[in-house]
Amino acid sequence: MNLWNRLMCFSRRRSPWLFHMNSGSCNGCDIELIASLTPRYDAEQLGVRLEGSPRHADILCITGPVTRNSVQAIKTVYGQVCGPKAVVAIGSCPATTNVFIDSRTLDGPLNRHLPVDVFVPGCPPRPDAIIQGIAAAAGILAERAAKRWPAESVMVPMADPESACDCTKCDCTKEDKSSADTPAREVQP
Amino acid sequence: MNLTTALARLLIFPGLLFAVPFAWFFLWVERKSVALMQGRIGPPFMQPFFDFIKLLGKTTPPRRGVSGLLMKTWPLLAVSTAGGAVGLLPVLPSSGGFEGDLILLLALLEVPSMCIIAAGFSSRSIFGEIGSAREAVLSVSYNVVFLLAIVSIAASQHTFRLEALAHLPASPMLILAVVAILVCLPAKLHINPFSLPNAEQEIYSGPITEYAGPELAMWELSHGLEWVAATGLVATLIAPHFTAVWLAVLAFVVLSFGVVLLLSVTAAATARLQIDTTVRFYWQCTLIFAVLAISSALFMRFRS
Ligand code: SF4
Repeated sequence: MNLWNRLMCFSRRRSPWLFHMNSGSCNGCDIELIASLTPRYDAEQLGVRLEGSPRHADILCITGPVTRNSVQAIKTVYGQVCGPKAVVAIGSCPATTNVFIDSRTLDGPLNRHLPVDVFVPGCPPRPDAIIQGIAAAAGILAERAAKRWPAESVMVPMADPESACDCTKCDCTKEDKSSADTPAREVQP
Repeated sequence: MNLTTALARLLIFPGLLFAVPFAWFFLWVERKSVALMQGRIGPPFMQPFFDFIKLLGKTTPPRRGVSGLLMKTWPLLAVSTAGGAVGLLPVLPSSGGFEGDLILLLALLEVPSMCIIAAGFSSRSIFGEIGSAREAVLSVSYNVVFLLAIVSIAASQHTFRLEALAHLPASPMLILAVVAILVCLPAKLHINPFSLPNAEQEIYSGPITEYAGPELAMWELSHGLEWVAATGLVATLIAPHFTAVWLAVLAFVVLSFGVVLLLSVTAAATARLQIDTTVRFYWQCTLIFAVLAISSALFMRFRS
């Protein structure tokens, strides 16, 4: 890989710009995505920026179980994001349609319509899991700069609610370690 | 000024070779100070550079015809004029210059904002058009006081040479003009409280909504160069006169940095104003400035 390509890979990993799209979510995941940009979690340290226009974005963050009304909008917006691009499905809804399964207003899950790169499961996922998913997507973008083929889907390990608590009673660090060691696996909706 | 010095100023110092890294640095200072004011850590030091490189590697949507050509032209024009404006600044003690270069500088400073207006309209996006209309209204209102401030110091010195303006003795007129220019800069740089054209919660990214990839990289760069040019103008006006080159350069850099810090802290601490409030504010500023400038001119005449 020559120097320019290496610089490009590095820059793509360090500067993921997001476009957030709601495909009929209950707003829980949207709040958590915004929380990951707030001072408490500060995703801007990784160069993350929430953009207003899909033309500026690299990563399309989709929440919600994909309602019939939103299918065309999702496809349009996916087409408006300029390549190389990645799609992050935030929450259990876009991965499996979650509690809304079998609803006749739905046309999900998301990977029936778009190639999803990273699934961040959880109802809603914790902001740190979302940031981890975005970082994984940025890594995929960098890989795409190196070779032209799309990398495989990544599954962010589900954050254990016990492991993230601040209390001193439970054995948090041990839990934390075990959840971090869980190998990533593909979701089969 | 002969051709070699002109080229050296345009390409090396204070032109592109100096201005482009500083443009990125100032963009970083802007984001970092907002982050610090919000109690965050904020983006890493090289962030604007990474953003620029990444944007260069992205694709742009295929565009055909005249409007496609125009959409490629506006960002390049904005970058080159903003770079030219930085190159004209009289930073070095004996930088040459020519009669009337102040007028050229003012014109070059104005072109990027005209490019943004044209860019919004040629992108045919509704958000771009709203943003362009806002930018047009804004530039009509702040430019009156901005130009008035600069022309009044030039008139008090009977010259349109930038070099003469750079070595002004401190006077009430100069302080008044610098304050007026500082009031105009947030609107010129589209930052809070006058970030109306690119109000992201209302109209996405305003005029540059439709721009992607390398075009967007050029817009970011031209925004950074505008920062360098605008803060550099203030820095040259208030910098004391040094004969040593390195002292002059150091004073320029430190003063520009101070102005950037002042502006970005103001931006972080304020919220966006409405368009009619903004326009009223700038016309009131114009009125106040005009009254103060005329009274100080009369005062000076009676005293002498
Ligand atoms: S995953 Fe849960 S929180 Fe997120 S949109 Fe679906 S139901 Fe709401």
